[in-house]
Amino acid sequence: MERSLRGQVAVVGVGETEYFKRGQSPDAEFKLALKAILNACANAGISAKKVDGFASFSNDRSDPSRLAAALGCDELRFSNMQWGGGGGGGSAAVANAAAAIATGIADCVVVFRALAQGQFGRFGQGPRRNSIAGDMAHTVPFGLMSPAQMFAMKVQRFMADHGVKQAALRAISLASYEHAQNNPRAVMYEKPLDEATYDASRWIVEPFHLYDCCQENDGAAAMILVSADRAKDFANEPAYVLGAVAGSHYRAGAGVHNTPDYATSTFKTLAPRLYEMAGVTPADVDVLQSYENFTGGVLMSIVEHGFCTPDGCNEYFVKERFVAPSGALPLNTSGGNLAECYMHGLGLNIEAVRQLWGASTNQVRDASVSMVISGPMVTPVSACIFGKEAVL
Amino acid sequence: MTTYLNPGLPQPAPAPDGLDRPYWEGLQDERLLVQKCQSCETWQWGPEWVCHSCHSFDVGFQETAAQGTIYSYERVWHPVHPALREQGAYLVVLVELPHAGGIRLVGNLLGDPERPVEIGLAVEGVFEHHPDADQPFTLLQWREAD
Repeated sequence: MERSLRGQVAVVGVGETEYFKRGQSPDAEFKLALKAILNACANAGISAKKVDGFASFSNDRSDPSRLAAALGCDELRFSNMQWGGGGGGGSAAVANAAAAIATGIADCVVVFRALAQGQFGRFGQGPRRNSIAGDMAHTVPFGLMSPAQMFAMKVQRFMADHGVKQAALRAISLASYEHAQNNPRAVMYEKPLDEATYDASRWIVEPFHLYDCCQENDGAAAMILVSADRAKDFANEPAYVLGAVAGSHYRAGAGVHNTPDYATSTFKTLAPRLYEMAGVTPADVDVLQSYENFTGGVLMSIVEHGFCTPDGCNEYFVKERFVAPSGALPLNTSGGNLAECYMHGLGLNIEAVRQLWGASTNQVRDASVSMVISGPMVTPVSACIFGKEAVL
Repeated sequence: MTTYLNPGLPQPAPAPDGLDRPYWEGLQDERLLVQKCQSCETWQWGPEWVCHSCHSFDVGFQETAAQGTIYSYERVWHPVHPALREQGAYLVVLVELPHAGGIRLVGNLLGDPERPVEIGLAVEGVFEHHPDADQPFTLLQWREAD
């Protein structure tokens, strides 16, 4: 028997809260999660009481049992957390939810992520305690402690190995900000970015300028998944899961920056599996959402998913290629983590589905294969491809 | 001696389970000790309880020369910790030890933080002692080799 998720499960509803700058949510984190889930259910046209599973990632604090109790769910059948990897778990949560549905463990699973960085800690700050032990003891005392600092080291090596220039990173940032100007949900709506502003912006850590770094936000996002059999009963056109993968290469988790293959987005072993399951090639991808914790991760992700060669980045990474609707590979069409909202990347999955529905604020014409790359450079990472019925 | 980074960052301590204790104790004696499997001689870092190659639990700590080459580096400008607010730019380097199986260590590159840095640059270790810490410790820093 062929083992594949292809075409077995579909997204039938998406929803999010209003998106806020970090610390500005008037709602508690758990309330944000509830609102996003209820919005997604309303979008799907299903009562939240019929949700029987929850999947999330990165140690989301909104516990499924509490959610199911709060929402009066008839029964809880799937309570799933993708271990590790921060935003690398976004598409993995989709994969886990889809796997549960495809194998009969649950019928209607919500994939969600909620963050209130005001209520809880910020991602972009170093630890405040006096003493530190374990893996971090080998990095923090040298001032290597924030995500930007952890990943700049990888990107610097990749850029040096392949002669990648700063303008390649800039193109990714400019495309995101351009898309956000058409998206009223975007925190950076009506805050355009041009080349000169990017170039003049301060360094966070070389090679990342301020605009190479994602935002820190409060909010929540959710998606409703059901089996392909049921999906056609919903108002939204089913966005089928064509493929979804998660994981990392040999010893990606070796401590203190010791993974043998270092200057990578962690997708080299995943991308071939993703395309094989989905039955598509890079040329079939109509629109791409690629998680930008930092632009350098997007660059390596796009290379490792076969869209361009490592030595071809300077020619490939130009803004025009990435801007919808005319670009050859429209990228991060909601504004993404840089300019819409950093909802730990789940907003990218929602945008990928909206593209298939013709409901994006930067709509790509006739999008039928829509791909998401989640959380580059961590371990595990994940990716998924959604498709319309016509490509099944 | 003065330290490369301003004081006030979290101070490293051996892991409570003892996994990397020989490394931290060795640095205080100005010795670099990293893991080398006593069964199959595979070098290993970060520290782990088992050898990733042969699965022996006899993963000892072996002294090795604090010499290497820069595998990657980054110049940090934005302070993410209050202790670094007045620091200005600083250089973090990832140093590869070719004579020890190519394991890598993180440290700072001493000297002008705005100097150009090249991958492959030969560096040698400098033991930076912190005797006045609550629990004294030593960091292994790096400078360009003579």
